[in-house]
Amino acid sequence: MSALQKLMTWVDDRFPLTATYKAHLSEYYAPKNFNFWYFFGSLALLVLVLQIVTGIFLTMNYKPDAALAFASVEYIMRDVDWGWLIRYMHSTGASMFFVVVYLHMFRGLMYGSYRKPRELIWIFGVLIYLALMAEAFMGYLLPWGQMSFWGAQVIINLFAAVPFIGDDLSLWIRGDYVIGDATLNRFFAFHVIAVPLVLLMLVVVHLVALHEVGSNNPDGVEIKKHKDPVTHIPLDGIPFHPYYTVKDIVGVVVFLMIFTAILFFTPEMGGWFLEKDNFVPADPFKTPEHIAPLWYFTPFYAILRAVPPLFGSQFPGVVAMGAAIVVMFFLPWLDRSPVKSIRYRGPIYKAMLAIFIVAFIGLGYLGTQPSTPIATWIARVFSVMYFSFFLLMPWYTAIDKTKPEPERVTG
Amino acid sequence: MKRFKTILFMLAAAPVLALASGHDVHLDKAPIDLADHESLQRGARVFVNQCLNCHSAGYMRYSRLQDLGLTEDQIKENLLFAAEKPGETMAVAMSKANAKSWFGATPPDLTVISRSRGADWLYTYLRSFYRDDSRPTGWNNLVFDKVGMPHVLWSLQGEMVAVHKKVGEHEVIDHLELAKPGSVTLAQYDGMVADLVNYLVWMGEPAKMQRQQLGLLVLGFLAVFFVVAYYLKKEFWKDIH
Repeated sequence: MSALQKLMTWVDDRFPLTATYKAHLSEYYAPKNFNFWYFFGSLALLVLVLQIVTGIFLTMNYKPDAALAFASVEYIMRDVDWGWLIRYMHSTGASMFFVVVYLHMFRGLMYGSYRKPRELIWIFGVLIYLALMAEAFMGYLLPWGQMSFWGAQVIINLFAAVPFIGDDLSLWIRGDYVIGDATLNRFFAFHVIAVPLVLLMLVVVHLVALHEVGSNNPDGVEIKKHKDPVTHIPLDGIPFHPYYTVKDIVGVVVFLMIFTAILFFTPEMGGWFLEKDNFVPADPFKTPEHIAPLWYFTPFYAILRAVPPLFGSQFPGVVAMGAAIVVMFFLPWLDRSPVKSIRYRGPIYKAMLAIFIVAFIGLGYLGTQPSTPIATWIARVFSVMYFSFFLLMPWYTAIDKTKPEPERVTG
Repeated sequence: MKRFKTILFMLAAAPVLALASGHDVHLDKAPIDLADHESLQRGARVFVNQCLNCHSAGYMRYSRLQDLGLTEDQIKENLLFAAEKPGETMAVAMSKANAKSWFGATPPDLTVISRSRGADWLYTYLRSFYRDDSRPTGWNNLVFDKVGMPHVLWSLQGEMVAVHKKVGEHEVIDHLELAKPGSVTLAQYDGMVADLVNYLVWMGEPAKMQRQQLGLLVLGFLAVFFVVAYYLKKEFWKDIH
């Protein structure tokens, strides 16, 4: 026995290292027919690690103090060695996280990855998405620019629309009558430790649940139905390592080419990743001409603005915005189709999914624009389309004309 | 609740406000060239001599000017008026209280002004002052109506006056005309402003050139890595059908 083998035996007697490696990598059998859409899970994990590592380095020089925060970010950009690189990695990473997560979620919609027995994977995923939104929102306050301040002002004031307790609630969140040092400090605490911990734990349970039931695939059929009688390995499964590790490396390289092209050549991304107004220090006495959240929140922001106030209260809009996210949790039980994948679904589902995509992107665009009467009406139409996708699903998936699923994956 | 309504109102009024603050004014394209160290050095000189009297560049250290090909001694002798050591940031001597009473508002810090306003806006703004006796400073600006800042560079550019035209019932400004020549020609003035804006853009992000150079290297590396990764994947997947 070599020294290395001896060491491994010593460890394995005390900790299931080899067993864990086998269960999650070398003997985790994934369907062999993953396509382009299956890159985004591992890419999301990559961006998460990138955000944590760059975030750690940023906290070494960032000052969570209303009087110092803006200057400390510029200090990082100018005087800290490679500070600009770390900061741009973090700011580009924030937006790219949402790009990757949105594509990952869309994959789930297309191939029915939320369906039985993967309901919990989907629910953990939506929780990750929620935590990610909280993380991004609180992180955006930290540079303490005009958009940081006024964006947070608008969002925290949503809580003030809650009947009866609204004013106290928003006061409690801010820790002050206005957004100030107290708010910045608590957002910093949440952004650098509380939410990342929750995120990490959710990612772990998301993966544990996935590896318990096994991955779905573009055909939406269960590879575990057909196993080798001797080895009990799914006939259409291949070990995650090395097959998908080498494949994901290709995806990672392509992703990094896009990521670094943005980072090195247009880190502001024309104002979509870093807004112009955020290069002006926060000024509570000067409202910017146009306040819009960053692009990844704008679909929900547009829904909020589309709902007319009731008795002078914006609360219905806030409820609609919350419902737009909460409804995602119920997706596994709203879908009554006999098939999972879009490949075997009928025309109604395909049309509804297309409508949903148009509505989501349309709302996202409208959320970045100042509201006009026409824009508000278009946003209302899109909002109805958005909710129809979910709420009419039990009906249209039941009557839709599906094609028969194959027994085995089709490659 | 009240504040929320105010914000909603402001959101609704945003397009109107945007028009009111002159976003429909045509902006001239600023000739930016961050590789032109001579232009950047000339711009730095104008900036230190003219702008730094009232505006700070509080996140910018004098020593960083070495990136523009200046030596520490050159910086000390030619540009260090308001500071003791090149390691200091470009602070302003004028107190905030004075600034407020003289101009109605504290002049903004200019370190990252090019990143919030954009080069074209700055280039047009600095060339769009005109005489307006209704203003306390005697000056107004085409891109920033009722601006608190006087035309600091008027002795160079000269005095511009507005030429009006009639659109329906209203008199609007058509263009500006030179009424009293300054110490340099308008073309020379434009060149000087171009240098200054070039410098402001550089100061907004001194690492920009380094960033782009590094970007090419990184993309080159990734391109090579892609070929390796692609054939590695192909090799492993040979036997999967």
